[in-house]
Amino acid sequence: MRGWGFGGPLDSGDLILRSGGRPPVRPRFDQSALRSTLVALLSTVVFFAFVGFVVVNAPGWSAVQESFFNGKVWQESVPDVVPAFLTNVQLFCIAEVLILILALAIAVLRSLPGAVLFPVRLMTTIYVDFFRAVPGVLIIYILGFGIPGLGIAGVPTDPFFYAVVALTLVYSAYVSEVYRAGIQSVHPSQEAAARSLGLSQFQALRYVVLPQAIRRVIPPLLNDFIGLQKDTVLVSYIGVVEVFRQAQIDEAASFNFTPYVVVALVFLVMTIPLARFTDWLVARDRRRFLANAR
Amino acid sequence: MNELVASGPESSTAAPPALEIAGLWKSFGDLHVLRGVDLTVAEHEVVCLIGSSGCGKSTLLRCVNLLEPIDAGRILVKGKEITASGVDVNRMRRRIGIVFQSFNLFPHMSVLHNVTLAPRKAAGKPKARAEADATELLERFGLADKRNEYPDRLSGGQQQRVAIVRALAMAPDLLLLDEITSALDPELVAEVLNVIRELARGGMTMVIATHEMGFARDVANRVCFLDEGVILEQGAPADMFSRPREARTQQFLERIIAAGRL
Repeated sequence: MRGWGFGGPLDSGDLILRSGGRPPVRPRFDQSALRSTLVALLSTVVFFAFVGFVVVNAPGWSAVQESFFNGKVWQESVPDVVPAFLTNVQLFCIAEVLILILALAIAVLRSLPGAVLFPVRLMTTIYVDFFRAVPGVLIIYILGFGIPGLGIAGVPTDPFFYAVVALTLVYSAYVSEVYRAGIQSVHPSQEAAARSLGLSQFQALRYVVLPQAIRRVIPPLLNDFIGLQKDTVLVSYIGVVEVFRQAQIDEAASFNFTPYVVVALVFLVMTIPLARFTDWLVARDRRRFLANAR
Repeated sequence: MNELVASGPESSTAAPPALEIAGLWKSFGDLHVLRGVDLTVAEHEVVCLIGSSGCGKSTLLRCVNLLEPIDAGRILVKGKEITASGVDVNRMRRRIGIVFQSFNLFPHMSVLHNVTLAPRKAAGKPKARAEADATELLERFGLADKRNEYPDRLSGGQQQRVAIVRALAMAPDLLLLDEITSALDPELVAEVLNVIRELARGGMTMVIATHEMGFARDVANRVCFLDEGVILEQGAPADMFSRPREARTQQFLERIIAAGRL
């Protein structure tokens, strides 16, 4: 129910703050809770019924239905498109691991104090600025076509390799900023306490600051990975046959857009559980925060 | 536990003092917090720093722990200058424990892990020995049953006692206490002060910044009144609290008495 309410969690938060941590006990099957559930259900049904009615009665609906929701094309393209999605899964699994490592290294380097290390901070800052500024698809193009085009002996020619490299470079820039926000959110007194015990700066970071920082940024990290999953389709531009490229091939054969709808559904099925999981984590952290802020 | 009997400041003239601070200056921007502090603390001595908020008590302790770089002066621990250039700061800090007002326990670690982290990682103790030693210390301070709890499950007093144990686990030569009861609910202050009393009886050298004048009178060998970045007056607690010489000290103590804190 709470998921529906516009300010559900906020309301309960206010309640906790106002009454000193003890919201009034409610009966389990509250009359008003039941009523608002029913209202929410009804308004949802009415809304979607209305949208469905408008779409189905639109003048071009039959043509659109034929192009996007064609049963025959659907049956033909599912066995093509779904296995091609394995390439995307491989791609983001490999890239995710590399991103987690590279981004952490960048965030740590960028957080190091001291005048001597200014060049390090400068370089990481330029890296982050550059890869956040240039559209990812251009990086994919430049790496995927440019580097093999140099014709240097021993340089890989497999577009999958460049797909992994490009996505890792681009996403590490974003993810390093997420890590950095986490590092900055750990109070300096934690580092002071660690250093006062004789731990080195690296040890303080490794055992005290990073474990707390990473725990705090898990939800935004997952959020970035939802984005990464979707962006794996961009590598179709350099000839990796993944789910989107396969759908294009099918579309070219059938002159029908249904394969794209199949792709959309595959991503929905893949992404929604991760999105819900992220929401659940955020809600859990929020509850903990409220519990600790007594 | 009582093998280290408090021997008083005067008996240790041959050995270098536990702590020697000479001409210590420290400023934050234009704000000169310490303006030439001189302080010598003998082995097994307990020195309390008193003074109004912002007089530099905490800054002085943070400088001694090398958490703040100093502008001028020297700090020596057992005759070794810790503020000299080229000194291994991490090694020096292991010999100087500090306990903070806000506990600063590591919230993602159990009590035992909090206490054993530095002995294991900074001093290189094997895990089993570090845990055995930590358990012994926790038992001594009545925290044995909390060893697997996380800090947020403990009361403020318990957290502060864990923080003291964490500092003691490095077997420091010198313990600095920075207003360690100021963040506690009044009914929890006694349990923490009792720990300090026990440490004083055991001969631990301590420099204590505090607002608890009764405690200072009770536990200190010497009380130093810090005012405007210098130690304006110091002496035995009995003299300091009953016959302060300086007008500023008298003023300060009058305000404390008016507030019912002495």
